[in-house]
Amino acid sequence: MLVVDNLTKSFGGLRAVDRCSFSVGAETITGLIGPNGAGKTTVFNLLTGFYRPDEGKVLLQDKDITGLPPYRIFQQGMARTFQIPREFKEMTVMENLMLAPTEQSGERLFDPFLRPLRVRQQERSIANRAVEVLDFLGLQRLRNELARNLSGGQKKLLELAKTMMIKPKIVMLDEPGAGVNRTLLKRIVESIERLRDEEKTTFLLIEHDMDFVMRLCNPVIVMSEGKKLAEGEPGEVQRNKEVLEAYLGGQYVAVDG
Amino acid sequence: MEHLVGILNYIVFFAITAGTYSILSLGLNIQWGNTGLFNIGIAGFYALGAYTSALLCGLPPSAWEGRTFGGFQLPFIVGLLGAAIVSGVVAMLVGAPTLRLRTDYLAIATIGIAETIRLILTNESWLTNGVWGFQQIPSPLYKTIHAATSAYLKGHPNLPVWLHDLISKSYDWFYLVLVLVVLFILYLIMERLVRSPWGRVIRAIREDEDATSMLGKNTFSFKMQALVLGAMIMGIGGSMYAHYARFISPVSFKPLYGTFIVWVMLILGGSGNNKGAILGGFTVWGIWAGTDFLTKYLPFTSTQSASLRVILIAVLLEVILLWRQQGLLPPKKHLFSQK
Repeated sequence: MLVVDNLTKSFGGLRAVDRCSFSVGAETITGLIGPNGAGKTTVFNLLTGFYRPDEGKVLLQDKDITGLPPYRIFQQGMARTFQIPREFKEMTVMENLMLAPTEQSGERLFDPFLRPLRVRQQERSIANRAVEVLDFLGLQRLRNELARNLSGGQKKLLELAKTMMIKPKIVMLDEPGAGVNRTLLKRIVESIERLRDEEKTTFLLIEHDMDFVMRLCNPVIVMSEGKKLAEGEPGEVQRNKEVLEAYLGGQYVAVDG
Repeated sequence: MEHLVGILNYIVFFAITAGTYSILSLGLNIQWGNTGLFNIGIAGFYALGAYTSALLCGLPPSAWEGRTFGGFQLPFIVGLLGAAIVSGVVAMLVGAPTLRLRTDYLAIATIGIAETIRLILTNESWLTNGVWGFQQIPSPLYKTIHAATSAYLKGHPNLPVWLHDLISKSYDWFYLVLVLVVLFILYLIMERLVRSPWGRVIRAIREDEDATSMLGKNTFSFKMQALVLGAMIMGIGGSMYAHYARFISPVSFKPLYGTFIVWVMLILGGSGNNKGAILGGFTVWGIWAGTDFLTKYLPFTSTQSASLRVILIAVLLEVILLWRQQGLLPPKKHLFSQK
């Protein structure tokens, strides 16, 4: 599904991502873990076009998407969520969702005047899809609520909901579980699994909550200091010596050295 | 009764100006109110519209004029459209290098271009007559309406004074209707756009541009469209002004009248709300014109009181920002109802 090859990105003298290579299989829920500063979020930003890589390639279903602008990458079917939700605060939940579908006729300046019927028809079907998504995630009551009034956990769900509007090939979730209470967390986990099973969506997610990772992800990729350190089943990775070192001591050794 | 007609005639004059300003405010609303584009060079696009319209519709250069160009005597509607196109093209040139950068760069570029335009208007006499400006810009249908009213007044020499005064101002009434019609059409277009999916995208850009591009929107293109559209509307405002004032010169397009006051109008009326933009136009121009009367009763020289008015408007802006940031009419929540 997704192949990352030799990806490199430096900020000043710091190599945040250093010849990082890995691949994500179709219809998996792949976890991307690693200590703070390992370069996980930078990888996300490189994959989604927010940063341009210095070197390396990103292939989405064998198609080279390296260095494309973010909107083009989204249009290719790669969606993401943010660690800190970036909802459109002054817009309603419905509007937040209805923004996502690509190629909307009504987004062309003249279509609302020249093709009002087509625009209205599309709006209706997009709205229906949005209602479906909200029902799926159990957010239907919040339809006309301004997004800024949602709780932290609901905002996380809203992030996921936005990606569902386009039936993406792959969704990248940046810490979907952080700061979410147990009940909502359960709902997020179930939603992700259902989406994989029913919609055949592939997931790549960054997470610090190990419970969450162990329960949901397979395989798990471990990053440290901008590189892939290990990959495997969750249990396997957890027992990996190098991984333990990276989490517990590796970094400090690196600092001392 | 004469007194009343005098006031009425003044109100017409007032409403024409306020309506013209409301057009500018509506243009700024699509740029700033909805897209978050910081344009502080409104005066530039306003001036471009006015001068383009004057060049297209005005008289050929006369012997005493410095210019050697323009004066095609084309119909008003050509001038209006030409004004919109020229302002739009210039906006595109300003936007192309700056819209990919942070918001502040657009602000710097727009204020720069507005001043540049004013200097060009002042100095390129072959095109603009320099500081002398354009005179005798024809008003649409002026001759027809003027001839009809004169004929009527001649035919009825015994009309009461107030009726005579009222009828003699027929043209102003006509122009007021024209301004209001243009304003209303632009309002309808803007309303439809803001409610459309296109409007949804630009409102999202206002809130978080990066997140919008991560949702598959080419934000540069949308920002460009909003900038150009707003500038075209400002150009139309310039054209409406030129054909009513009949005389324009670079002095008419200084930042205070051309830019600052329009910002106050939009912010007071309600940034992000088209009705608010228009309400702000009429309210602020009302305060501005009203204080002109008051200054007579103040113990200051006219220069002093003119500056006082500017201070008053500035204080008004501060008051809004402190106590009613959303303006008189806050942006509407776009509700969804299942049909």
